[in-house]
Amino acid sequence: MEKPTFRQIALYASVFAALLAFPLFVKGTFPMHVMIMTFMFAMLGVAWNILGGYAAMFSFGQAAFFGIGAYTSTILLMNYNVNPWAGLLAGGMLAALTGAAIGIPCSNLRGHYFAIASIAFAEIVRIHFNNWKFVAAAEGLSLPFLPSSLRNFMFQSSKTPYYYIMLAFLVLSLLLCRYLSTNRMGYYLRAIKESHEIAKGMGISFVRYRLYAIMISAFLTAMAGTFYAQYILYIDPDSVLILPISIQIVLVAMLGGAGTIMGPVIGAAILLPLSEYTRVWLGYKGTGVDMMIYGALIMVISAYQPQGVWGFLTSIGRRAK
Amino acid sequence: MYEQLVQQLVNGLLIGFLYSLIAIGLTMIWGVMNIVNFAHGEFLMLGMFLSFWFYTLFGVDPLFSIPICAALLFLLGWVIYKSLVSKVMKGPVLAQLVVTFGVSIFIAYTAVFLWTPDFRMIQKPLLIGTWHLGMVELSIPKAAASAGSVLVSFAAFLFLRKTKTGKAILATEMNRNSALLMGIDTERVNALSFGIGSALVGIAGAFLSMYYYIYPQVGGTFGLISFCIVALGGFGSIEGAFVAGVLIGVVQTLGGYFFDPAYKYAIVFALYLVTVWIRPQGLLGW
Amino acid sequence: MTATPCLEVHGITKRFGGLTATEDVSFTVKEGEILSIIGPNGAGKSTLFNCITGFYRADAGKILFRGKDITSASAHKICKLGIARTFQIVQVISDMTVLENVMTGAYLRTYDRKKVREKAGEILRFAGLHEKRDFLSTDITIADKKRLEIAMALGTQPILLMLDEAMAGLTPVELRDMIGLLRKVRDNGVTLIIVEHVMEAVMELSDRVVVITSGRKIVEGMPAEIVRNPEVIQAYLGDRYHA
Repeated sequence: MEKPTFRQIALYASVFAALLAFPLFVKGTFPMHVMIMTFMFAMLGVAWNILGGYAAMFSFGQAAFFGIGAYTSTILLMNYNVNPWAGLLAGGMLAALTGAAIGIPCSNLRGHYFAIASIAFAEIVRIHFNNWKFVAAAEGLSLPFLPSSLRNFMFQSSKTPYYYIMLAFLVLSLLLCRYLSTNRMGYYLRAIKESHEIAKGMGISFVRYRLYAIMISAFLTAMAGTFYAQYILYIDPDSVLILPISIQIVLVAMLGGAGTIMGPVIGAAILLPLSEYTRVWLGYKGTGVDMMIYGALIMVISAYQPQGVWGFLTSIGRRAK
Repeated sequence: MYEQLVQQLVNGLLIGFLYSLIAIGLTMIWGVMNIVNFAHGEFLMLGMFLSFWFYTLFGVDPLFSIPICAALLFLLGWVIYKSLVSKVMKGPVLAQLVVTFGVSIFIAYTAVFLWTPDFRMIQKPLLIGTWHLGMVELSIPKAAASAGSVLVSFAAFLFLRKTKTGKAILATEMNRNSALLMGIDTERVNALSFGIGSALVGIAGAFLSMYYYIYPQVGGTFGLISFCIVALGGFGSIEGAFVAGVLIGVVQTLGGYFFDPAYKYAIVFALYLVTVWIRPQGLLGW
Repeated sequence: MTATPCLEVHGITKRFGGLTATEDVSFTVKEGEILSIIGPNGAGKSTLFNCITGFYRADAGKILFRGKDITSASAHKICKLGIARTFQIVQVISDMTVLENVMTGAYLRTYDRKKVREKAGEILRFAGLHEKRDFLSTDITIADKKRLEIAMALGTQPILLMLDEAMAGLTPVELRDMIGLLRKVRDNGVTLIIVEHVMEAVMELSDRVVVITSGRKIVEGMPAEIVRNPEVIQAYLGDRYHA
């Protein structure tokens, strides 16, 4: 990975400045919500990338970690008065442990096999939460209203603080991703992606590094889950543990360009406004038109432009040189 | 208690044979092309809806709409292969995984759009009622669907083993390059397999429509279970898919009865994960 | 002077179901030697290779690396201990540059990115690939890929380097270059075991040769002796090759 050029730094800086200024100019709650969801899914996409983009562990079960994060911090808050930030850490660790636990039986699986195993795993989690009285099963949990403060990770009257928190989470994830990809972990994961044989031959314990990747990805995904709970203030299995969430995460990463750092950001920037606005304009009657467009988009992109937008842009860039 | 066990076992077998038929179509596609058709459940749903509309609009009983379901689903499979799947075959694995997800979402929600999410049922099929065989109650439509599934599975098996086209498909499954060298048009085999696999699941849909609720999202769980069955039986293995289908049907029913009905699918998925850990190539896979 | 041998292989046997691929093979390799393992196709050379490098687990026998028992050690541990390998079908990491490939190997010994980069650069110079360091590993010739594979292995700073048919498919010029490279590697203190079919390389490089047929070692000795050995000629070389 080369050092970023001045032009690239200027580009990133101006985009970041624009994002910082956004809430000052746009006050509507729906646009703010769309931006927050975009940031959240970008972060989820970055977390997925560590697994799927770098190590070719195509997880279609990220929703499980998302849900574990959301439920852990919420239960800790509701039942034991644990501060949501501590709950965030707890949720992350629990998700990481769960990821490691499922990672071991799946350590030899690649490609399609890993994908199916991840779906099976996530479904088990969803079914369990759907029937588990301790977490109110299918009824879901409503978070208690706490006085608005950063400490309480809750803001009653405005979306703006949530906006900045999620943006901060996203930036942190991107920095982490960049760090991993430019250091040993990134190289090792890409070797593992090439083949387990080659990894073994270079002294890489592919089992161990795959587990690291799952745990990091799970932790980040769970963080977003806690955020979601603190933001929406209501969670149930159908809103945090379902397969469509997992698929959306994969699409965000793939559309933007799997295996690139900024890919998920671009993917989220395209996909989230699209899905949120089409849902509002076309889907509110339950007609499903928004999802039809979504499905068609997926079919076309995967068949005709699988490298995603980032791949498309860089190939233009290469040709321009 | 013993009676219940036998009853549940029978129920498990009944659904198991249907599962087998669903899985055989999927394993063929997987074996020939190394593609998991994530839209397989939606194809099942389409088979069910086709059967339902033929019944509602033209008064045709599900039993008689089977050939039409098979033909239309064959066509759909062929078209999807030619227009989408063949394009991703040379691309990254991720794209191959995702494209059929796209098809699945598209089909499911087109169904919602066209037919609403409402649950429907074929009210007066030809086959209706229950047999009482000793201590066991046998639902006639379920039994017929199962028997039909077994027959069709057997027919598929014979087709693959005895006909020239079928053997070409098996050859491509086993070793693509050798098949090419023998002059087999593997592109055509791909499209055929996709078509036949889809036709088989379309037939399963027609069978299922005789007694099951018909609604756009019905493909979801059936699809996921069929992936587990195929992986359990060993990808590409028709016999494996058959055995695993029955096994899963029984495990699901017994598990649901003796443990907790809400968890019956979770048990299936857990079984799948355990199998994949201990024996990654499946029961009868290579 | 009896120094600990670099590698001792004692009675290695490996079965696959009913087939005995390798049976009771034993030999020793001294530090700084180049040992060739030759034999007809299907003789069990690759199986033996994989047992030593930890990719297969032997059913019987012992393998000692500098006196340490590595018989049941896992492949990546064995690499850590100092045995590196290449593959019969050349394996490089596709979406990385030549330099990044070697860096991946070098990361085994240090976490420091700068050091790893420097080390990788050195090795690329050594292997004659430095000008191509920013090429994608998929954009270089097969001969260069083989060099790259060796460079990657060298990145792990091995004591013993094992090569699986490194000479296959090379033109005469490429062959000479490869032989030169391997000599340089040995001169740098790395012991070499090469599994080979290309007899020219075997004759030029080897200090000693081990011959394997049908899973068993039939003879071991200097290249010149091996070539004259009637059993070897009968089993493998045919009448075409004359010393």
